[in-house]
Amino acid sequence: MTTEGPVAELDDVTFGYTTTPVVEDISLRIEQGEYAAIVGPNGSGKSTLMRLILGLLEPDSGSARLFGEPAHRFDEGSRVGYVAQQASASKEMPITVREVVKMGRFPHVGYGLLSASDWEVVDRALDVVGMSAFADRPVTQLSGGQRQRAFIARALAGEADLLVLDEPTVGVDAESVDAFYALLETLNDDGITVLLVEHDLRAVTDHAERVVCLNRRLRFDGPTEEFVDSDALAETFGTAVSAVGESG
Amino acid sequence: MTKSLAFIVAQSSPLDAVLAPVYWLLAQWSEFMFDVARWTGLGLLQYQYMHRAVLVGLCIGVMAPLIGTFLVHRQLALIGDALAHTAFAGVAVGLFLNAVLDFGVSPYLTAIIVAMIAALSIELISEVTDAYNDVSMAIVLSTGFALGTTLISLNAGGLSVGIDQYLFGNLATVSRENAAILLVLFAVIVGTIALTRNQLLYVTFDETAAEVAGIPVNWYNRTMVVLTALVVVGAMQIMGVILVAAMLVVPVAGAAQVSRSFTGSLLSSVVLAELAVVVGIGLSYYGEATAGGVIVLVAVAIYVACIVLGRLRTALGEESAAETARIDASGADSKAEPTTD
Repeated sequence: MTTEGPVAELDDVTFGYTTTPVVEDISLRIEQGEYAAIVGPNGSGKSTLMRLILGLLEPDSGSARLFGEPAHRFDEGSRVGYVAQQASASKEMPITVREVVKMGRFPHVGYGLLSASDWEVVDRALDVVGMSAFADRPVTQLSGGQRQRAFIARALAGEADLLVLDEPTVGVDAESVDAFYALLETLNDDGITVLLVEHDLRAVTDHAERVVCLNRRLRFDGPTEEFVDSDALAETFGTAVSAVGESG
Repeated sequence: MTKSLAFIVAQSSPLDAVLAPVYWLLAQWSEFMFDVARWTGLGLLQYQYMHRAVLVGLCIGVMAPLIGTFLVHRQLALIGDALAHTAFAGVAVGLFLNAVLDFGVSPYLTAIIVAMIAALSIELISEVTDAYNDVSMAIVLSTGFALGTTLISLNAGGLSVGIDQYLFGNLATVSRENAAILLVLFAVIVGTIALTRNQLLYVTFDETAAEVAGIPVNWYNRTMVVLTALVVVGAMQIMGVILVAAMLVVPVAGAAQVSRSFTGSLLSSVVLAELAVVVGIGLSYYGEATAGGVIVLVAVAIYVACIVLGRLRTALGEESAAETARIDASGADSKAEPTTD
């Protein structure tokens, strides 16, 4: 499903869990089909910004809109797929990959049963992420990378237009990380908007088209190649990581 | 059948009139149990109170692990204990009202009300503080038990006599009215879980993703704790306050050892709980022991057996897992370039 206008839009957003703002005066627009990454050092407010974009938090001031609606009142949940850090989903719960992917259909079916066409969507999502062979395997028996693929499949099963990932490769082995980002690029090529919150600057500079750099306030917002050459990188992260710019 | 229904409707209490169809069901169940007793020669099924106890036990064996599965996988196993102790306070309130004001209300009904209030309080506290925590549950648990013991001590002469059945449960004291209340609770609990299974699963597995998907997480969390309160009060008749939480947790923990899927774990936990209930009631009847304790001991024995079975399966499956790992490694390249339809 596509609509006119930006996927997400923040206008002068300020938010704090206490009286001290965690993010301040943030304005940005995520357009359809973009592959954007939010970066920043620990405590910079990037996960909070993501939660504001998703409508999980309401701004103290300013406005956050998702698909044109106030984000905290946005109710077309199936349009947004969310993938958390794999560490947060590592519960020892007996559940198969297919059961996880099936959850993507829940916003569509409500209290009802999945129809044959719903199951087709689930199977197709499993196929897209290369997890069909693992469909009946318990999630607890998967590697970190496989598990994150299963969560992406859940978002695809929901037929999401926007895929939001919060540090998805934490705890994922290096080999799987490359394959994971290749998958994200493929999905983005297919028209899905990808918004990534990432601590791994090299992954961002290698894959994302746009970087939003944050340290409470917006430090940079523009194409990745400009970020690599900008002062924002060194100013926000210190000189130690400027090597990313040279190699990236 | 018509005669028994007419008799039931003629009962004086308004609650009896409401429960009339359930009493009819209980009468049918009892007739069936008498038939089973004749066919099998089982002595314990020759008494009507045992028919009610078996039915209540079977219902507990379904509803406790059903809701317990969602609680255990959210690391909320202790909430059952906290609510059981507040339900005890509810029983004490009922006994107190009956003794002081001559209300004639079933203590199980007051237990339902008090436990539901406590359940919603725990949930609202967790919503405000953004976390369930051991401290708030310990406080609710202690407050419930303290309130119960205080109310009982105020009327020590009349009340302490009958309190054991609530603390430890009793097969023989499952009255027709209490069995009927439990059947109504059973229908509400199983019906609600069947209706909201998708949402409860999503919220249990990944609360943030569920919220992003537009599922009103707080609403389903409240539903979950209120259902837990109802299960606890329903199961209290046989299990007693002290052991009731075990039926929410032990069969679920056993099922988690031997199940690969969520649906499988739900079904296995019900099967394991029913096994514990049937064997436990049988052993307690013939061994003249307290049913609640025996049922929990049987459930724990089944849990231990499940652990052994789970370990055996893991050991036997290690070879095939190693084989799969090799397939994974060789398939990594193909997964790097997934195909799209």
